[in-house]
Amino acid sequence: MKRSPLQSWIVMALAALYFLVPLIATFEFSLRLKRGEYSFEAYRIVLSDPRFQNSFLYSTTLAVATIIIGTLLIVPTAYWIQMRLPRLRPVIEFITMLPLVIPSIVIVFGYLHVYHSGSWLPMTSSPLATDTLLTFAYVVLALPYLYRSIDTGLRAIDVRTLTEAAESLGAGWATILFRVILPNLKSAVLSGAFLTFAIVIGEFTIASLLNRPAFGPYLQLVGANRAYEPAALAVIAFLITWACMGLINIVGVVKHRAPADGR
Amino acid sequence: MTSTATTPAKPAGFGLTWLGVAPFFVFAFLFLILPTLYLLVGAFQDPHGNFTLQNFRDLAQDSIVAAYWISIRISAASAFIGAICGFFIAYAVIGGGLPGWLRSFVMTFSGVASNFAGVPLAFAFLATLGRLGLVTILLRDLFGFSLYGAGFNLLTFWGLTLTYLYFQIPLMVLILAPALDGLKKEWREASAILGASTRQYWTMVALPILLPSIIGATLLLFANAFGAIATAYALTGSSLNIVTILLYAQIRGDVLHNPNLGFALALGMVAITSLSNVLYLWLRARSDRWVK
Repeated sequence: MKRSPLQSWIVMALAALYFLVPLIATFEFSLRLKRGEYSFEAYRIVLSDPRFQNSFLYSTTLAVATIIIGTLLIVPTAYWIQMRLPRLRPVIEFITMLPLVIPSIVIVFGYLHVYHSGSWLPMTSSPLATDTLLTFAYVVLALPYLYRSIDTGLRAIDVRTLTEAAESLGAGWATILFRVILPNLKSAVLSGAFLTFAIVIGEFTIASLLNRPAFGPYLQLVGANRAYEPAALAVIAFLITWACMGLINIVGVVKHRAPADGR
Repeated sequence: MTSTATTPAKPAGFGLTWLGVAPFFVFAFLFLILPTLYLLVGAFQDPHGNFTLQNFRDLAQDSIVAAYWISIRISAASAFIGAICGFFIAYAVIGGGLPGWLRSFVMTFSGVASNFAGVPLAFAFLATLGRLGLVTILLRDLFGFSLYGAGFNLLTFWGLTLTYLYFQIPLMVLILAPALDGLKKEWREASAILGASTRQYWTMVALPILLPSIIGATLLLFANAFGAIATAYALTGSSLNIVTILLYAQIRGDVLHNPNLGFALALGMVAITSLSNVLYLWLRARSDRWVK
């Protein structure tokens, strides 16, 4: 494949044009709020908006809850599959891929009918119950990424030897999982966690249809009503996504990113 | 490997072994499978709960067919163009003789851009190609060219396709990079020794090996765009009637005046994304034989 890289540079230049121009334009647009001069006024307005702060805090809390629940659900499952039930691996892999096949709008549509306030499990009857349902929905969205990340991490360590060593020292299953296995999966869990954070923080469809005050619906609302603030928010969202991806690189697991997500 | 190494160290009872995966299956059943099954069953029922196929016949009305059709066209166009552009970018950074730092930058940027979707992406394109966007204004002031006067509009098929490409192309780069890495140098050298031209190498060696990966990834991009809603909704409101926006309106306010027809609409979406994913998995299984 030794060729003159000129063609490659042309491809890169065109790609840079397409990918950088919208970023520059968005940034430039976000500075235009005051007539005749560039200013950070749009950022000041956005950042001091209590709805921004509240919805951002709300989504951050949900993202953290999603990561904790997802990790507690996936690590023991993937561990158990590796140790005792390897024949179930294809089944689990199939299930964790399903959220990439079923669009999230379809999943939340089902929730609204199965868990409405008059149902056997009324998970939309109070704000707290709906928050729980929304968090579970995000765990579902994160399944493909968390599972792949954790499963790759588990395959890279000698689970059986670690388990037998811990057992011979008298450790129970909880000690094995949380003090032996989990610390060894730190980088796998963290890289899955940052990706989950990036997905949850701006999620619009499910939060909107469950009527929760998350960051995604807030963004949409600002977009429908304001001119320059949305551009400032887009710049902020881009920086958050970039920070998440940068952190994934830093925690350093070669990621085989699960393909696609239904947004 | 001996047989003792594969059997569990402490054989637990049947029930106890399965208890370990029970939380996952209960969770997946309640929050992934049951809600989908509910829609599946509902799609075959009339409002009184009797079995019927009428909902699927009702899908044939003009507005619903039009919604599916524009969704399919946007998804197909953004997947197809995204696949071609993604291929050239991935090939340029992997086999194109570019410096190594550029490769890691492109890969990280692809990770960011493929996740930079939804509402903020719509804002970015409005700021770029909207009526007051930077590019629109620069074209007008510098070249006297009116983009909107020439018939362009961001809130149309091409506008949305152009916007979707912002996450489709990077996704293609990410999916295709491992396959391109799998192209062995020896194949190129072997074909060169046997007298093959660059063109012959591509058409007779590299492309046949890569084609399942490329087509498979294109199908995945299709499903990715087909299920998307937030970008389109923030960009166009409900002026562009793609099927996810129609379903959103149906969930919000039963615009179809028949809940069961809504279930059928959702089921139709799942059928289309399932089909493209099944084809993807089949093609990936084929390509895995060559590309390790």
